[in-house]
Amino acid sequence: METPSFALPFIIGLLFIISFLIVVTIIWIAGLSKIDKIRIWKNMPTRKTGEALAETFMESLLHRKIFRKNPVLGYMHTSLAFGWFLLIVVGHIETALHYRTLSFPIWKSIFFRYAEQTPPAGFESKFFAASMDFLLLIVLSGVMLAYYKRIHKSLFGMKRTTRLKVGDRISLTALWLIFPLRLAAESVSANLYHNGSFLTQSAGNLLASFVPVQQMEMPLWWAYSCALGVFFLTMPVSRYMHIPVEVLLIFLRKYGIRLKKNVNTYTRVQVFSCSRCGICLDSCQMNHANIRNTQSVYVLKQIRGRRLSDEQLFNCLLCGRCQNDCPVGLDLNNLRITQRIESTMEYNSQYDYLKSDCMPKPVSTEVIYFAGCMTHLTPAIIKSMRALFEMAGVSYWFMDEDKTACCGRPLMQAGQYQAAQKLVDHNREKIQASGAKTLVVSCPICYKVFNEDYSLPGIRVVHHSEYLLELMADKRLPIHKLPLRAVYHDPCELGRGSGIYHQPRLLLDEYANLIPVRNEKEKAWCCGGSLANIKIQMSERDQIRQKAMEEYLSYGPDVLVTACPLCKKTFAKDRNLPVHDLSEVVYMAIRQKSTGNTSEDPGKKEVNYEQIFFPRITS
Amino acid sequence: MAVKNFGFAAIKPRTIDFEQFDGRLLSEILELEPSFKVCLSCGGCTATCSAGNLVSFNIRQLNLLLRRGETVGLENEIKKCMLCGKCMLVCPRGINIRNVIMLIKKSVAKSHSLKR
Amino acid sequence: MKHVVVIGGGVAGIETAAQLSKSGHWVTVVEKSNQLGGKLNDWHCLFPDFSLAKEQLDWLQSQKHQADLQVLLETKVTSVNRTNGRFAIETSGKDKLEADAVVVASGYELFDARRKEEYGYKIYERVITSADLEKRMNNGELLRTPEGAPNRVAFVHCVGSRDEKSGNHYCSKVCCITGVKQAIELKKLSPGTEIFCFYMDLRMYGKHFEELYRTAQEKYDIQFIRGRLSEAAEKIDKSVQIKAEDTLSGRPLKMNVDWLVLLVGMEAGTGTAQAASVCGSRCESSGFIATADEHRSTNLSSQEGIFVAGSCTGPMSVTDTILHARSAACEVNDYFQKLEKSWL
Ligand SMILES: Cc1cc2nc3c(=O)[nH]c(=O)nc-3n(C[C@H](O)[C@H](O)[C@H](O)COP(=O)(O)OP(=O)(O)OC[C@H]3O[C@@H](n4cnc5c(N)ncnc54)[C@H](O)[C@@H]3O)c2cc1C
Ligand code: SF4
Ligand code: SF4
Ligand code: SF4
Ligand code: SF4
Ligand code: SF4
Repeated sequence: METPSFALPFIIGLLFIISFLIVVTIIWIAGLSKIDKIRIWKNMPTRKTGEALAETFMESLLHRKIFRKNPVLGYMHTSLAFGWFLLIVVGHIETALHYRTLSFPIWKSIFFRYAEQTPPAGFESKFFAASMDFLLLIVLSGVMLAYYKRIHKSLFGMKRTTRLKVGDRISLTALWLIFPLRLAAESVSANLYHNGSFLTQSAGNLLASFVPVQQMEMPLWWAYSCALGVFFLTMPVSRYMHIPVEVLLIFLRKYGIRLKKNVNTYTRVQVFSCSRCGICLDSCQMNHANIRNTQSVYVLKQIRGRRLSDEQLFNCLLCGRCQNDCPVGLDLNNLRITQRIESTMEYNSQYDYLKSDCMPKPVSTEVIYFAGCMTHLTPAIIKSMRALFEMAGVSYWFMDEDKTACCGRPLMQAGQYQAAQKLVDHNREKIQASGAKTLVVSCPICYKVFNEDYSLPGIRVVHHSEYLLELMADKRLPIHKLPLRAVYHDPCELGRGSGIYHQPRLLLDEYANLIPVRNEKEKAWCCGGSLANIKIQMSERDQIRQKAMEEYLSYGPDVLVTACPLCKKTFAKDRNLPVHDLSEVVYMAIRQKSTGNTSEDPGKKEVNYEQIFFPRITS
Repeated sequence: MAVKNFGFAAIKPRTIDFEQFDGRLLSEILELEPSFKVCLSCGGCTATCSAGNLVSFNIRQLNLLLRRGETVGLENEIKKCMLCGKCMLVCPRGINIRNVIMLIKKSVAKSHSLKR
Repeated sequence: MKHVVVIGGGVAGIETAAQLSKSGHWVTVVEKSNQLGGKLNDWHCLFPDFSLAKEQLDWLQSQKHQADLQVLLETKVTSVNRTNGRFAIETSGKDKLEADAVVVASGYELFDARRKEEYGYKIYERVITSADLEKRMNNGELLRTPEGAPNRVAFVHCVGSRDEKSGNHYCSKVCCITGVKQAIELKKLSPGTEIFCFYMDLRMYGKHFEELYRTAQEKYDIQFIRGRLSEAAEKIDKSVQIKAEDTLSGRPLKMNVDWLVLLVGMEAGTGTAQAASVCGSRCESSGFIATADEHRSTNLSSQEGIFVAGSCTGPMSVTDTILHARSAACEVNDYFQKLEKSWL
């Protein structure tokens, strides 16, 4: 049989998309740095390739992560992606077996029910015909769900779906039509040639009873092929570009490619890999403040369209909740920071004043304590840390007691890495000159930057929650459990930002009764105070805080405990629950033990709390 | 030089001439950061400022002068901010001071790239 | 004879009750604490005339005696139900009351200065509030350092008022003048002490207030610095280092003080919230009870037959509280007269 003319749209579309993908892949890989290229080359023949293949299978086809987040949404994605994949694979096997050859024109397998007009004879053909019908049914169920999702989002546990662009609209329509048209075309052919199975044959026979199938056959195959062709042709300007690009992303990521501080082609790969599944929309607490256009999916979309405004780019807490939930595993925080770097490239800063001799000289010491800028506004933390150092007999240098440069992290969050570097260099010099082995910090924002962006060989950077836990384990701090129910709030930069979830909990549970809450650890709320958001208004921060507080209050705790001065300050605006830093809890507990003041009526919680945290200070 | 003189340049007996008011930058900033309108010049931001603790840098005064259309020297002064965020935490009017700073930096950057 | 229940036995409550009693009504005062007089019990002497708070309290006592009021101490109103123009009132005690009108005079509460952590209240030894200072004056506990009288004391205005961070946008009205009054008192007790007041604006709105401010400068060398404190830190010798900007000279300022006094503001507080909620009266976003009108009907709440008096409607001085209480009594009388007319 000759190539039927209706196959043309499909063939053109396929050729176009294949060549397009080859070209962009080459361009993107060529755009990587030399080191990255070597990385790819070196890693290609290792087991990483196998792992990437496995991941592609699990994520791009089976969508394991979406499944975990929400089974219905997962089924929709899997039935479409994996179902379609199997239709192609099984279709090819069917064709290959039928012709007993591996080389046949591609249209034959795609339009097999038209190409092979003999009824299936023998077990093998019947089995394949049935399998293909079954797979088509699965895919169609996915398409039905997708229709449904546009109307009823709540079924998918999602409050919102993404908005559509023109390219997306065409592409989406094409995609939605492909499978119903395929069903129609195959059914009509099945009626004519009796080559269908349970689905297509019965549908065909049903159709034949009220439409003239003979006249319908060619138009339907044309339509089916056109839908395919249009889908392929519009793919590069639609969200479906994520399907092939995600595969590339998985491989590159496995080979060790990471985002750089400047925008490069790997940034494009990440941006194009977003499937616009919209999961990040629901993770984002900006919703609580009714800010609905700055979430990651929108920002990625704007980057693709090169229309990103500063108002959107900087209106984000960089809390990392969306990154934690993104099923594609996009590096959303860094993607945003890279854009911020780009946007603030020309901004000037100048810190020559750090060189003046008014800055304190480094003091020779084993341990440095760096409280952080914010901590100076929460003196209870400083006071507690000082007392605990003293109790444990640690001699230390309080590096930022009076004058200090900021750690640099807030500048980095705003994209000003070059400026931040000047502060980093200044502080690093001081730290190194002191000869210290341990740097204890009270602020998770500082902690993250000291840990990741300062190279401090031979110096251990610890957050005070880790440090106090160590002192306790070494029996340098006594243990005393307070009769208080405490909820622990994970600071973003300490939790999702630095992966420190357990040490604060272990410590807190020794000094108070820790009660677990629903949104904690990786899923923890942001307090709303994040410095990373340059645009948000105070009243909007309040709304975000209130929502988080509501959940904490529902557990009826006596005190909210956190490990960050900024979180503390933010939550302290709320009058409903006292907020304290971990270090305060430890200090108050030990002090209470030493004064032996534990006899009060356990029924009177309020008195209890007041007496523990605010005993009369005597001169 | 301009950097050093800034504080005094402002104090020099010079009338703030509202007829010569250069409000371009100001109106741009007020539009994007309306909270800036409610500053009552309490000085809390300057008092707590991490940069002001190390060098002569008065963020309240800079902002006030900007509100009076005085932008001379602003460009060099604003470079000193470390974006630490303390000012935002003390401001009794809840002003998003860091955004004002970023917007000033942005306009400086824009005027530079225009010159080039 | 009409029966009126007054919730709260501070200045406002007693004065309203006394006036109503004079007009021939039977009045019950429900007070949650164990004494009448409200905040006045804690104050030493009063601005603007330095009269002893005790004198005002004695006067209130005599008002009360003349009027022969029913007073329920350590009691709270737990429910108020209006049926056919009368109120059925349940209290936390045994008593069930029937009333023709209710006056809410539940007053205010002091801002909890611990919420401004950066000022170090209850963290540093030598940081106290203006209310603490009044109590100390009453107990004869002077501000001391190990060396004797303090060399330097600073007052901080607007602590918990005019502050988005405290959630209170309003001005507490009386703390500026309280600061001036207390500064003068301190200076009288220890003339060698330097005294500074850190303010954002000085609100000398009342009769004699401005003169007192001038006297503070002229006679007592009290210095006023326009700048809001950003933070305080404790030194090894327990003195307190404070940071502010001297905004008028445009320079950041650091100062070591031996004692720091926080002029805490007024909040509606839990007492007024409770009283308003049992009465079903609407509160403003500030928490104070909303009045029907800002000019003519400042004693009417959003509920008919429920009146308001004193600082439960917003910050006010004793002087203004007494005036407001008397006008509340007038409004209640007016209400009763209207009721009678409508029956005729
Ligand atoms: C530091 C400071 C110093 C001051 N110094 C002066 C001064 O020198 N001169 C001056 O004129 N003014 C001064 N004032 C103002 C003065 O305190 C007030 O004007 C006055 O106390 C207001 O009286 P009140 O009756 O409205 O409220 P309050 O004095 O607060 O009395 C309210 C009463 O109601 C009771 N109550 C509350 N809720 C309930 C409830 N739900 N059920 C039953 N009872 C309830 C309370 O226990 C209290 O007894 C000062 C204020 C402050 C903060
Ligand atoms: S960023 Fe991730 S979670 Fe958000 S829409 Fe894209 S793929 Fe989904
Ligand atoms: S980082 Fe946080 S605030 Fe920013 S988009 Fe993601 S979830 Fe929203
Ligand atoms: S702290 Fe706020 S209100 Fe005060 S001067 Fe600074 S910006 Fe203005
Ligand atoms: S953000 Fe800038 S202006 Fe504000 S306190 Fe920090 S250094 Fe000063
Ligand atoms: S009266 Fe004075 S101190 Fe009190 S809130 Fe008003 S301005 Fe501030």
